[in-house]
Amino acid sequence: MEEKIIMLGNEAIARGAYEAGVKVSSAYPGTPSTEISENLAKYQEVYTEWAPNEKVAVEVAIGASISGVRSLACMKHVGLNVASDPLYTFSYTGVNGGSVIVVADDPGLASSQNEQDTRMIARSAHIPLIEASDSNEAKNFIKFAYELSEKYDTPVIFRTTTKLSHSQGIVELSERQEIPDKNYERSVPKYVMMPASAMKRHVVVEERENRLEKDCSSFPINSVVYNDRKIGFITSGIPYQYVKEVFPNASILKLGIINPLPKKLIEEFVNGVDTVYVVEELEPVIEEQVKSWGLNVIGKEIFTRQGEYSANLIKKALLKVDEQAFEKKDAPMRPPILCPGCPHRSVFSVLNKLKIHAAGDIGCYTLGAVAPLSVIDTTICMGASISVLHGIEKGKGKDFIKNWVAVIGDSTFLHTGVNSLINMVYNKATGTVIILDNRTTGMTGHQDHAGTGKTLKGEETYAINMATLCKAIGVPNVIEINAFDVVNLEKTIKESVNGDTLTVIIAKAPCALLKGQKFPYKCVSDNEKCKKCGMCLKIGCPAITKQKDGTVKIDDTMCNGCGLCMSYCKFGAIEKVER
Amino acid sequence: MKSMNIMVVGVGGQGTLLTSRIIGKTALNNGYDVKLSEVHGMAQRGGSVVTFVRFGDKVSEPVVEEGSADILISFERLEALRYAHYLKKDGVIVVNDCRIDPMTVVIGVAEYPENVIETLQKEHKVYTIDGIGIAKELGNSKVLNSVVLGLGAKIIGFDKKDWLQVIEKTVPQKTVEINEKAFLKGYGE
Repeated sequence: MEEKIIMLGNEAIARGAYEAGVKVSSAYPGTPSTEISENLAKYQEVYTEWAPNEKVAVEVAIGASISGVRSLACMKHVGLNVASDPLYTFSYTGVNGGSVIVVADDPGLASSQNEQDTRMIARSAHIPLIEASDSNEAKNFIKFAYELSEKYDTPVIFRTTTKLSHSQGIVELSERQEIPDKNYERSVPKYVMMPASAMKRHVVVEERENRLEKDCSSFPINSVVYNDRKIGFITSGIPYQYVKEVFPNASILKLGIINPLPKKLIEEFVNGVDTVYVVEELEPVIEEQVKSWGLNVIGKEIFTRQGEYSANLIKKALLKVDEQAFEKKDAPMRPPILCPGCPHRSVFSVLNKLKIHAAGDIGCYTLGAVAPLSVIDTTICMGASISVLHGIEKGKGKDFIKNWVAVIGDSTFLHTGVNSLINMVYNKATGTVIILDNRTTGMTGHQDHAGTGKTLKGEETYAINMATLCKAIGVPNVIEINAFDVVNLEKTIKESVNGDTLTVIIAKAPCALLKGQKFPYKCVSDNEKCKKCGMCLKIGCPAITKQKDGTVKIDDTMCNGCGLCMSYCKFGAIEKVER
Repeated sequence: MKSMNIMVVGVGGQGTLLTSRIIGKTALNNGYDVKLSEVHGMAQRGGSVVTFVRFGDKVSEPVVEEGSADILISFERLEALRYAHYLKKDGVIVVNDCRIDPMTVVIGVAEYPENVIETLQKEHKVYTIDGIGIAKELGNSKVLNSVVLGLGAKIIGFDKKDWLQVIEKTVPQKTVEINEKAFLKGYGE
């Protein structure tokens, strides 16, 4: 089979894992990594699952590897922080079946809360890290990563970035390799990391990295092309494509392995070219090591640590040219917003009305921070809303949080929010936590989770009941409520924040984008009755716009029929009609 | 062939991603090297969305850079204005003549610019089409992207049947017929 098709980087990564004979994959969704698992799930031969968080996913991959099969864990860069605990020790134990951890960095912050660089973590965990520069390479390098993993007895990190994960290129497909399962043998020195065995494994880790450093200069995933010897580039991943675009005839050393660096290969290259630039997004990981060897290269002196690179960025830095033919025009910003019919908007409209501050979390509801809803005060990381609210109470006392709540989505709550809630129960908190239960992992494109009753493979399964879970850990007051019932919501939130009892309010209504969630009617405004008060505009629904005469118009193609705007119209100027 | 650089822009939810994938596959079927760049995640939620398609004998980077686009296909007027500076000197614009107010306009902190098409025409060749109107006539406002793609396809080139073949394989099975009709309306048939 030699078929050429066009594939998303993430789809190619999944294909690589499939062809490499992977048997088990575990992941938590996170942009830009989500589509890897979604695509891998389509192959019957591979067991794939959504784990509640990345730590669990890596541990599942470790277990599968120890059992003797090839395994995979996928996550976004910040997910690796959650999984750091097993990761650092996985480096010590090494593998039985090959194991690869795919980590997707997000330079440019397309959908993230920071721009951290996974290459730094690979260095500190002493785990080899591989990087590809297009879809086809991604597929092939994943397969190489498994060979490396088994040959050197180590987990391997495959690092991708947003532009690789979310760009498409042509891929040549191959058959799946049938990898025989390895035997499992009990080995306390290798798999039980108590001090006596870990001390010995630390020695093994260092020897392994030294061996890899010697060997990796001849790895086929690196490539050197000598052209014009006056100017050369050391680069890897997507930045290679930008360099190639601007300098098609320069000498280029493209690194496939970033940790450890192929020292011999780099030394030869730098000595063979007059001026060498290191082009790498984010941190100067390659540059600083190369400079530490006494080699002369140019990097962050002229290139930024921030954001995504581009051909224009390289052109401007090195050639001082700007080929833009036209000036950028003034255009009002169009930031992302909650969709029409989103149940989060309903909850936020009440919080806004009550002038309540919200410690926020990671998900679509972060969009509640911006005008006109403006209710989110903090966004840190998955699960942090609940613990941040707790910290505020312990810092300033229970009266200070009489106008505060924590808001967190259902998927995020099950990810790491539940630990924070246990802490509130244990340490006598009085705050109010609102779980925005929209029955899905919304922001990343509607993935199932432990509370939805469906697996990644689409099979029916047990659905964790949020209310039962909260009661089981000891939350004294748990209230389930329809997220669109603004009257009841307002009353409940008021009572709860004013009281001294830890309360969880589960605001339930499915995400408006889930299949079959469109209401059977749509909202229409009556301009005769409209008093131009603008109340309906305060909910920030994109389907509602103000007309020149001050009355409003509801776009019937956008309106989802949720009726939230009706709840805020005092003059009965909005009504529901059948769709 | 030097690469052809196309941008498809619009408001999250309008179908920019699907449209750029159809262009990419049609170019692939015509034997070109193809690269596409997409937007997923937070930016998709009703925000300004930009996707890139490049094809040619050999394509390196997956994005279209400022000053290098041959064709800008926009599903909304303001978005055409926002990305017009990506065009090269003789680049052209295909724009769906519709207005979607961004939240900044709805809440009154910004104004929707007047005469967007006229402003663009001062510097560029602009093709306009009432995608939503035509799509509504066909019975589904959602196929506006196929209408606009039809007009764009006429400018990009390739055989009509190549486009239809890819549409058939790419859009949801139930909507093949209406999408093909919409495409042909935009294509001028």
